Amino acid sequence: MKRGVTTAVAALVLAAGLAGCAGSSAPAGSAGTSSDDAATTLTVFAAASLKSSFTELAETFEAQHPGTRVSLSFAGSSDLATQITQGAPADVFASADTKNMDKVTVAGLAEGEPRVFATNTLAIAVPAGNPARVTGFQDLARDGLRLVTCAKQVPCGAAAATVADKAGVTLRPVSEENAVTDVLGKVTSGEADAGLVYVTDVKSAGGRVDSIPFPEAGAAVNRYPIAALSGAKNQEAAKAFINLVLGSDGQQVLAKAGFGAGGQ
Amino acid sequence: MKLRARQPYTGIPRWVSGLAVLSALVVVLPLAAIVARVNWANFIPLVTSESALDALGLSLRTSAASTLLCIVLGVPLALVLARGSFPFQRLLRSLVLLPLVLPPVVGGLALLYTFGRQGLLGGALQVLGIQIAFSTTAVVLAQTFVALPFLVVSLEGALRIGGQKYEAVAATLGAPPGVVFRRVTLPLILPGLASGAVLSFARSLGEFGATLTFAGSLQGVTRTLPLEIYLQRETDPDAAVALSLVLVAVAVAVVALAYGRPGGLQRQGPAPWGGSSRRPTTAGAAGGRVR
Repeated sequence: MKRGVTTAVAALVLAAGLAGCAGSSAPAGSAGTSSDDAATTLTVFAAASLKSSFTELAETFEAQHPGTRVSLSFAGSSDLATQITQGAPADVFASADTKNMDKVTVAGLAEGEPRVFATNTLAIAVPAGNPARVTGFQDLARDGLRLVTCAKQVPCGAAAATVADKAGVTLRPVSEENAVTDVLGKVTSGEADAGLVYVTDVKSAGGRVDSIPFPEAGAAVNRYPIAALSGAKNQEAAKAFINLVLGSDGQQVLAKAGFGAGGQ
Repeated sequence: MKLRARQPYTGIPRWVSGLAVLSALVVVLPLAAIVARVNWANFIPLVTSESALDALGLSLRTSAASTLLCIVLGVPLALVLARGSFPFQRLLRSLVLLPLVLPPVVGGLALLYTFGRQGLLGGALQVLGIQIAFSTTAVVLAQTFVALPFLVVSLEGALRIGGQKYEAVAATLGAPPGVVFRRVTLPLILPGLASGAVLSFARSLGEFGATLTFAGSLQGVTRTLPLEIYLQRETDPDAAVALSLVLVAVAVAVVALAYGRPGGLQRQGPAPWGGSSRRPTTAGAAGGRVR
């Protein structure tokens, strides 16, 4: 029996050792971030909607700063904020809303004030050819129309609720998705007649969906803040990257993807 | 019980025991971490919120429906796979087991391209006025798709191990195949069927990816407990943790029901795939009664 206990203790020590190893390497979820050379790698955590524009900007940055590699991690802003507050080794955080950036600043992890670098507004996405003939926001409340939105708990759903409120329209979606990409998926596959997504999502979907802009969208403008993180190993590079995003090169790339100007 | 005279061999190398402790920890530690994270002060209000109860009710209802569907569809399939002899039998078995290893999101896409508006059967369903996407039916279909292999595998194992002696006897006594199936085969495979059904229910309860991709997410209609947990996590991690614990508790209850009862399904063998080693004690009577 005593022998059994010793074995169990040995196993526990082994387990603790494994846990220790796991703690010192990059935490799960930050795929793509490697710590091969901390001095020359800039790790940027960015909202999923920034994927194409930030990938392009990272290339520009690497060209301008030879020897510095930009490692990008894209996910939902709330996931990224959770990872950062749990100690993920990021140098820059670009969030799709101020709420998730606040989580990071409240935790004292941001270096200086976050700066808004882009805005995004909602658009109605319909399957190519607009089979349900949606012409404006009021149409979304039509009987029998299969509308898909984000759930109120996520930024795109909160924006949809704000817009519907302002327009005095009661939306009855057939599904409230977790992510704007899921909404877009339901529209591109033709399952939904219409979906409320961001202008930038429609752009990235190319010809698979048509977009119907609507004036009520102005009631909910999403602001994208960016900040260097206090844990950044390379503050200089982090600040340089933020300047690139806020500068004319960055703004041009973002505008091309459909984002509104930030810069405040 | 002749073996009583000799002590059964129980020697296990120490390092094996050590690694066994480690492997038990791999499963137990994360569950303990969930329990440790629960906000007990608010636990009751968190798990009895309207959306949580809707999700739990929907999960239980849809899982029950898909388990039933698995039984109705799975018994004939297992019987044909275990007893039949036809070309491409092995290929068919591999295909049927595919959902076990397929990422659920792939299953969801496959279902979408089958039952969706622009899917294979979409046109025909539309003519019939049936709309599956975004409905509770879609949830049940997604769950059935991922859970069916569990039932088929359990049952096929039970059928193979059980052998065909009793059926053969019944047949020589003049029972037609229908009667043999009802009076001999079915009672013999009942334990295997029960454990397969329990596994299917448990798998249905945990279904997430295919449901999210194929059925959508709407409170009371398609938002099952796993989807509710995933959504709550965005804004209210406490609620997500509390609901996770509910799901763990339901899963534990289901597994205990199937394997924990002394003299319960345990009897049938070491593994859910092990099938039934039980022989009807009244086999003679069964043989005599088939007419």
